[in-house]
Amino acid sequence: MADHVRVEVVAASGIAWEGDALSVIVRTIEGDVGILPNHEPFLAAMVPCAAEVLTVDGRREILAVDEGFISVADNRVALLSQYARVAHEINLDEAEHELAAAERRLNQGETDEETMQHFRRAQAQVKAAKLASEQA
Amino acid sequence: MAASLRELRQRRQSVTATKKITKAMELIASSRVIKAQQAAARALPFTRELNRAVSAVAEYSHVDHPLTRDTDEADVKRAAVFFITSDRGMNGAYSANAIKTAARVVQRIRDEGKEPVRYIVGKKGINYVNFRGLPIEASWEGFSDAPTYDRAVEIADQLVADFLKPTEEGGVDAIYAVYTRMESMISQTPRVRRLLPLEVVEGVKDVTEHDLVPLYEFEPDPETVLDQLLPLYLRSRIWFYLLQSAASQLASQQRAMKSATDNAQQLIERLTREANQARQAEITQEISEIVGGASALAEQN
Repeated sequence: MADHVRVEVVAASGIAWEGDALSVIVRTIEGDVGILPNHEPFLAAMVPCAAEVLTVDGRREILAVDEGFISVADNRVALLSQYARVAHEINLDEAEHELAAAERRLNQGETDEETMQHFRRAQAQVKAAKLASEQA
Repeated sequence: MAASLRELRQRRQSVTATKKITKAMELIASSRVIKAQQAAARALPFTRELNRAVSAVAEYSHVDHPLTRDTDEADVKRAAVFFITSDRGMNGAYSANAIKTAARVVQRIRDEGKEPVRYIVGKKGINYVNFRGLPIEASWEGFSDAPTYDRAVEIADQLVADFLKPTEEGGVDAIYAVYTRMESMISQTPRVRRLLPLEVVEGVKDVTEHDLVPLYEFEPDPETVLDQLLPLYLRSRIWFYLLQSAASQLASQQRAMKSATDNAQQLIERLTREANQARQAEITQEISEIVGGASALAEQN
């Protein structure tokens, strides 16, 4: 039995992060789930969140993901989301700025799906960037 | 004679200037085609994971979703053709081939007694259709050689929205995509694929014997997962088409510019030879005139 699990975070523009991990925590539609090695095959819809990956060398890698899904099979975890990013690569100021812009648009009554998605994505990025900077 | 010598030199100079331009364009295209190929390669994991997930859901439950629901052939009244061309010329036959292929699809749709609807990416395709006074449902331009994922999202979302609209309100019942597949640096072929309704089988085909689909546990349930998957799947398809087409466009441009440079080189050589001949003839004539004049003077004395 393997004691770690292979993690791939896949964004539309390429693989955002990959490596071996001891555990993965993400938020699905139903709530947070934690994936440990040798998990049974699992496929769930993910919501925008800051995903946490505990790597084999004991680091905690934080990733901002938006809507997408998580699939687990053969001790391989794939987090697929269009705009996944590694948290320490996110500029907190920029992300906050982005969030404020999305919030303003929401307050102006633009409640269409796109603005909502944008808002939630910005929220997830700010959260991830904050978590990453606390850690550093 | 002197005039023609000057003319030849002028022409040679202008061809040399043209050659410099085409050579520069060739070099630019060859550096960008590598970038475009890398971008296409980077997008592969995204497509692969989506294919795998969609086939996993399809395996598990009977897929019944508005996007996969096959309307009866007879019920299809409006069929759309979505095709990708370039924004600029100097690409050899790239845009012409894509347009020709799209025109064939349109013809087939018409032959089946359906109404064709056009969605176009790239100025070349837009101009072609506008020039003939044909209607365009929607078009996008300005990113044919370096598409971004946001553009793919924009296109995919509009296609899905129109597909889900009832036919009477201007919706379409089927969508075909024409893109140019990058086979290699020297061969790019236009391809036609049915985009909607989705053929989920397509996903299964990509899964090799090696990774058989295991029995998944779904959260919250297969339908919700599928709901989230299919729009993403469609975006990734459009994204894939855009990237392939961009790489094809640049490869085609590189080849076209290379042959233009070679032709210019040949032309320069020919003009140089002709100019040298003309110069030589001029000198010979001058000498014979001087000799002739001198001997005429000598006879007088």
